[in-house]
Amino acid sequence: MSVTNEASGWRCAACGGKLEITKVGFTYMKGNFEVDLPACRSCGQALVSEELATGKMADAERILEDK
Amino acid sequence: MEQDTLREWEYKCIQEEPPECTATCPIHVDARMFVKEMARGDREAAFRVLAKTMPFPGILARICDHPCEQKCKRGEVDEPIAISYLERSCVEQTTGRVRVPLLPRREQKIAVLGSGLAGLTATWDLLKKGFGVTLFEQSGRLGGSLRELPDALLPQEIIDGELAILEALNGGIRLGETMDGQRFEEICREFDAVFIDRETITGCDLPLRQNDRGDIAINAASGATDREGVFAGGGTRDCGAWSPINETLQGRKGSLSIERFIQKANMEAGRGNDGPYQTRLYTNLNGISLTPRVQPADRAAGFSDDEAQAEAGRCIRCECLECVKTCLFLERYQAYPKKYARQVFNNERVIYGAAHTKNQFVNSCSNCGLCETVCPTNFHMGDLCLQARRTMNEQKLMPAAFHEFALQDMSHSNGEHFTLARHEPGKNESAWLYFPSCQLCATSPGEVLLSYGYLRERLTGGVGIMLGCCGAPAYWSGRDDLFRESMATIRCEWQKRGSPRVITACSTCQNLFTEHIPGMETVSLWTIIEEEGTPDITGGTAGTTVAIADPCSSRHEPKTQTSVRQIVRSLGMSIEALPLSGDKPECCGYGGLMFNANPKLGQDVIARRLEADNAHEYLAYCAMCRDHLAAGGARVCHLIELLFPAVAGGDPAARGWISWSERRTNRARVKQGILRELGEQGAEIVKSCEGIMLEMTQEIRRRIDERRILDDDIRMVIDHAEQTGKRLLNTQNGQYRASCQTENVTFWVDYTGEGDRFTIYNAYSHRMKIVGVK
Ligand code: SF4
Ligand code: SF4
Ligand code: SF4
Ligand SMILES: [Zn+2]
Repeated sequence: MSVTNEASGWRCAACGGKLEITKVGFTYMKGNFEVDLPACRSCGQALVSEELATGKMADAERILEDK
Repeated sequence: MEQDTLREWEYKCIQEEPPECTATCPIHVDARMFVKEMARGDREAAFRVLAKTMPFPGILARICDHPCEQKCKRGEVDEPIAISYLERSCVEQTTGRVRVPLLPRREQKIAVLGSGLAGLTATWDLLKKGFGVTLFEQSGRLGGSLRELPDALLPQEIIDGELAILEALNGGIRLGETMDGQRFEEICREFDAVFIDRETITGCDLPLRQNDRGDIAINAASGATDREGVFAGGGTRDCGAWSPINETLQGRKGSLSIERFIQKANMEAGRGNDGPYQTRLYTNLNGISLTPRVQPADRAAGFSDDEAQAEAGRCIRCECLECVKTCLFLERYQAYPKKYARQVFNNERVIYGAAHTKNQFVNSCSNCGLCETVCPTNFHMGDLCLQARRTMNEQKLMPAAFHEFALQDMSHSNGEHFTLARHEPGKNESAWLYFPSCQLCATSPGEVLLSYGYLRERLTGGVGIMLGCCGAPAYWSGRDDLFRESMATIRCEWQKRGSPRVITACSTCQNLFTEHIPGMETVSLWTIIEEEGTPDITGGTAGTTVAIADPCSSRHEPKTQTSVRQIVRSLGMSIEALPLSGDKPECCGYGGLMFNANPKLGQDVIARRLEADNAHEYLAYCAMCRDHLAAGGARVCHLIELLFPAVAGGDPAARGWISWSERRTNRARVKQGILRELGEQGAEIVKSCEGIMLEMTQEIRRRIDERRILDDDIRMVIDHAEQTGKRLLNTQNGQYRASCQTENVTFWVDYTGEGDRFTIYNAYSHRMKIVGVK
C-alpha cells in the first residue's frame, strides 16, 4: 500500500482532520532519520503502520544495535 | 579483553591446528587441501597445493616415502588415505608447471655443494627466498641418487625436465667441479653462506669437524657445522634408510638456517615444528562408516581419474568443530571459537559508530556451557561472551534492546507484586527456606502452592518461603551491579531467617546461590522429594514414557538429575533417553537471555530440537524449558505438574503456550495465596489502568505476546488515548489506532470499545523514537 493510499483511510480522532503525508523525525541509538508518513499536522499525530514497524524499522533497529 | 587474554582464548581453540597428515609430513604439505582438490577432480588446483610446499613436485610426488599415511586419521577407522598414490596420480597427469624464480632480490650469494635431493631442495628454497645461488656438483650431472631409482618409479626425463627449472639460475650450475679443501676455502671466501649436501659431497676432505661415522658433523636442529656460515645436511647414514622426504627436509632446514644466518636471527628459536610434530587437532571419528581403500584396477598405471576421486573422497577432512556441531548459535555465525574470540576482541576495540558488528552475536549465546563440555580443550564460549557483555555495559555501549524486556520481567519479580520472605505460617523459625523461583511461580502457581504445603508437612523445624528472582537475567546480561543487588537482598533475607537450608526448584537459582552466596546450603526440591517420598496424590500416569529434557543449568548437577529420574520411575513411568542429556543438555533459548537478544535464534534452537525428534512426550524440570518447548509445539509438562496437579485429572502436557502477561498474574497469585495462609492482607496494588478489561482472540494474543507486548502495555496505550483523545480513526473499519511512547519503546494498539472494556485487534511496537512531526 502506498503511503498516500494509507493516509486516505484515516482521520485524526482528536480534531477530525485528514492525515497528510508529512516528514516525521525519528531517533535511535544516536542516529536521526526522517520518513514521509501520514500524520495530522495540527495535533502532531503520526501513523506508523504495522508493516513499517515490524519491517523496515525493525531491520534498521537491528543494524543500529550492531553498530 | 587484553591482548594476552585473547591469545589464551585463541590458543585454546585447536580448530586451526594442522591435521595429522600435514603435521607428520616432514615438510608439511597441506595434504588435506591437496586431497580435497583431488576429490573435486581438479588436478591443477591439487598440483598448486603441492607446489606451494614441495620443491620439484614432479620428482617428490613420485617417490616420497609418505610417513603422513602412518598417522592419517582415516587409518584409525579403516585404512589411511592413499596420499602417495594420489600425489603420483596428480603429477603424472597435470600440466601444471612450477613458476621459474625471479631474479635475485637479495645481494647475498650462496653456494650449494652437491645436488642430491637435499642440495636441490636448498637450492630451490634459496632461489625462492631471492638469493643468488650457485650449485656445485662434482659429477657430470645433477640429481645424485635420484638417478639410481628405477625408471618405472622416476624416469630420467622427468628428472631432467624438473631440473631444467634450475637453468634460469642466476649464478649457475657448475658440473664436474672437484671439491677439495682448497676449493672449499675459495668458495667460503667468495660466498656469503654455504650449504653442503652430504650425499654427493663425499670422498673429499673438507676442513670441517666430522662425526664418528665420518660424516660432516651438524647441529641436528639447524644443520650448522663447526664453521660459521657453513651448513650441511642430507646423506643417508645419519638418518637410517635413504628417505627422499627426509633428504628434502634436510635441504629445507639448511635453507632456513642460511636465511636466519644472513638476517643475523636466532638460529634455534621456534624451530620445533620444522620436521614432523604432534598436532593438537582433535577429530571426532564417531559415525564414520567403513570404506576400504580404492585399489587401482591397473596397478602399474596407478589411479584412473575416477579411482583417484573416489579414494580422495574417503578423506575425513580432519577438523574439530565439536562445539559448532552441537550449538546452533555457534553454527549460525559461520565460524568457530578461535575466530569468534578475535571478533569479540575487535568488537570491543571499535569506538561507537564505527564497524561494530558483533554486538548481537555477543548477546546471543545462551551461556549454557555445552561447548565447554564437548570441546576437547574445554573452551567455554559462554564465559567469553559474558565477559564481553560486562565490558559493553561498563563502556555504556550495550543497546537496551537486547535485555530490556528480561530485566523488566526481573524487576517485576523483585517488585511488590511478588517478593515475599516469611517464616512458615504459624511458626517463628525456619530450618528450611523454600525458593520456588520466579519462573516456576509464573508458569505453575497452583502447583507451587501445593508443593509448599507438601514441604511443610514432610519437613520439621519450619519451612520458610522466599519469593523473588535469583537475579539470573542481570547475571546473563552482564549487569553485575543489578546482580549483586539481587544477591545481597536474598542473602540478607536468608540470614534474617537464621541462614536455613535453601530448597530450590530451579537449577539456575541453585547454581547462582551456590556460587555467589558463601555458606548457603542448597538442596533441590527434587532431591527432597526423592528422599521424603512422592506426595500421596500425584498426576503421573503409570506406564507412560517420557523423555526427560534436562535443563542446561543441571549440567553439573548429577544429583538433581538422578533425583528427577528416581521420582519419575517411582511414579511408574519409563524414561526415554535423549541424545543430549546428562552433562550435555542444550539450552531452551531462555538462558543467557538469547530469547531477548536474538528471538529468531531462540525459536530456531527449539525448532531444531523438536525437529530431531518430535515424537517424544517431554518432561521438563525447568519452568523455562517447559514453556519454550511448549511454545515450540511440543507435548511437554513440568515435573511439578505431575507431582502436585492443581487440576485433578488434567493433561498438563497439553497445556501449551503461556503469555508473559499471564506469567506476571500467576506470580502475584502465589504471593496472594501465601499471604492468605498467613492471614495477612495483600496490599492491593492497582495502577490507574489495571481495571481496563481487554478482549482478544487467542491468535491475536499469541502474536502480541511473541512481540513481547504485555496486557499492561496495551492498557497503558488505551488509557493514554482515552484520556488525551489522541488517537487515529480507521474510517474503513471504525477501529482506533493509538500509540504511547515509554522510555525506549513505542507501542501501537488497534482497538474498539469504551469505558473499561476494549477489544484488541492488533498491537506492535518499535524502538525508534518519534521526535517530531513537521
Ligand atoms: S583423513 Fe584426510 S585430513 Fe585426515 S589425516 Fe587423513 S588425509 Fe589428512
Ligand atoms: S549457547 Fe551454550 S554451547 Fe553455544 S556457545 Fe553459548 S554457552 Fe556454548
Ligand atoms: S570444540 Fe570448538 S572451541 Fe573447542 S577446539 Fe573444537 S572448534 Fe575450537
Ligand atoms: Zn488532529
